[in-house]
Amino acid sequence: MELYELTAHELHEKLTAGEVSAEEVINSIYQRIEETEEDVKAYVTLTKEEALNKAKKVDERLADGEDINPLAGIPVAIKDNMCTEGIKTTCSSNILHNFKPPYNATVVQKLNDEDAVMIGKTNLDEFAMGSSTENSGFFTTKNPWDLERVPGGSSGGSAAAVAANEAIISLGSDTGGSIRQPAALCGVVGMKPTYGFVSRYGLVAFASSLDQIGPFSKDVEDCALALNYICGHDPHDSTSVEREVPDFTESLVDDVSEMKVGIPKEYFGEGIDAEVKEAVEAAIAKLEELGATCEEVSLPHTEYALPTYYLIAPAEASSNLARYDGVRYGYRAEGANSLIDMFKKTRSEGFGDEVKRRIMLGTYALSSGYYDAYYLKAQKVRTLIKDDFEKVFEEYDVLISPTSPTTAFKIGEKSDDPLQMYMSDLCTIPANLAGIPGISIPCGFDNDGLPIGLQLLGNHFDEEKLIQVAYTFEQNTDFHKESAEL
Amino acid sequence: MKIDQATVEKVAMLARLELASDEEEKMTEQLNDILDYADKLNELDTEDVKPTAHALPIKNVFREDVVEESLDRDIALKNAPEKESGSFKVPKVIETGE
Repeated sequence: MELYELTAHELHEKLTAGEVSAEEVINSIYQRIEETEEDVKAYVTLTKEEALNKAKKVDERLADGEDINPLAGIPVAIKDNMCTEGIKTTCSSNILHNFKPPYNATVVQKLNDEDAVMIGKTNLDEFAMGSSTENSGFFTTKNPWDLERVPGGSSGGSAAAVAANEAIISLGSDTGGSIRQPAALCGVVGMKPTYGFVSRYGLVAFASSLDQIGPFSKDVEDCALALNYICGHDPHDSTSVEREVPDFTESLVDDVSEMKVGIPKEYFGEGIDAEVKEAVEAAIAKLEELGATCEEVSLPHTEYALPTYYLIAPAEASSNLARYDGVRYGYRAEGANSLIDMFKKTRSEGFGDEVKRRIMLGTYALSSGYYDAYYLKAQKVRTLIKDDFEKVFEEYDVLISPTSPTTAFKIGEKSDDPLQMYMSDLCTIPANLAGIPGISIPCGFDNDGLPIGLQLLGNHFDEEKLIQVAYTFEQNTDFHKESAEL
Repeated sequence: MKIDQATVEKVAMLARLELASDEEEKMTEQLNDILDYADKLNELDTEDVKPTAHALPIKNVFREDVVEESLDRDIALKNAPEKESGSFKVPKVIETGE
């Protein structure tokens, strides 16, 4: 078995036992990247030199007999919408093609402080707007299970990197499913924590009331480990929550006998692929067999989540993306004859189609005369969606559903029809509107051998329950042990 | 149709975007599709519902008004497409009457 095939907790054991050095681990990862990256195209930027320097420092600490913490020396990939000091942070957009941030995002700094080793920045749909990475301003990432298919998105690069063994852990951001959906399509574990649990400082803003950073990993144990180090209050983010971070590894308990699991019937309706449904139903049966109580529940406003999201997210985006004007950083168009002209040309040449579409939609929804009809209306429906969850969580510990209505679709299949593409987020969007945590774990394969993802949702700050149920399922199944052949 | 091409043009101006005429046409069509879909929300009576701006109850966060270290000017200017004498440089804004 190659080092790049292992998990973080397995590598940590080898590192502390002196069986391998951090440098060997990093070299193994880059060897793998060299072999497969041409096909997968997960990375926008690789940072090999910095990574090897960092690894050497970890090895020095080991040589000095120092204790290293669980993520030390572990190769981690970062979605390219999180600021990395002095290292390009592009959001896969031409408007930021040359942007080198003067500071680190809080999560990047935290991982750095723990001696995790950043190996590169991963591809995404431009500004995280999309579900396939086809909206990247640079290139489309391929699904490691089938190179003709999308990895999902927007954090498609981060998901594909872990699925292809080109990273051990990666970070993504989830505004409407951008961690969970690609995790499902790539057959890895992906978690969106509760809104406010992870600092957004240095995460390039898309929709500020929905954006949340979270990890991708090969198993639930690594997910718990990563959460331990990225969660926590940050004075630099006024929406970050002051709350003690538990040791999530204590929730790695193989027991669901006390768990009440709700099955929201609205998540199994029209548009959900039959094979996906079957796999999730089998997973529910498995949890019952393991002692969980599973009962059908209703979230009656589910069907309104998608239109609500596609008003709120673009509205917030139109405001957040106003900062890209060619003045302080990024691309500036040539040949403008006035300041306004410079803004217009810069933005029109720098942004891709989907980003322009959402800026237009958001600007319209916020504009005088339409604000009440669209934006305010959507915010009110958001309340109803949130209330639905609040009610079921009075009685149930977690909810179970498919993560994505389908398995990975073909590149180009949905790229001409924005509404069709938006449907990929059907099962993931409600959690962002309600601010609740969600995790996607592998639960099967379709007839084409493509991975199927199972989504678990919990009440605010109930990440521990999600981890416990996900861990129990994982310990009693083998889906996570399968890996893509490249 | 919810919005016509003239409205799209006006919104583009507000958003500081410049759309070619074929782009404008396609945008008009796609925005209408999305807005038609958004009409679904009108099935719900939300007269007495309070809007949610944030999923968690968030209050203003204050800190003491003390001077703290901030970004060095040279570093802040490092990414600027054009700069001059410690400032960001942009095309002329004020017309001088001659």
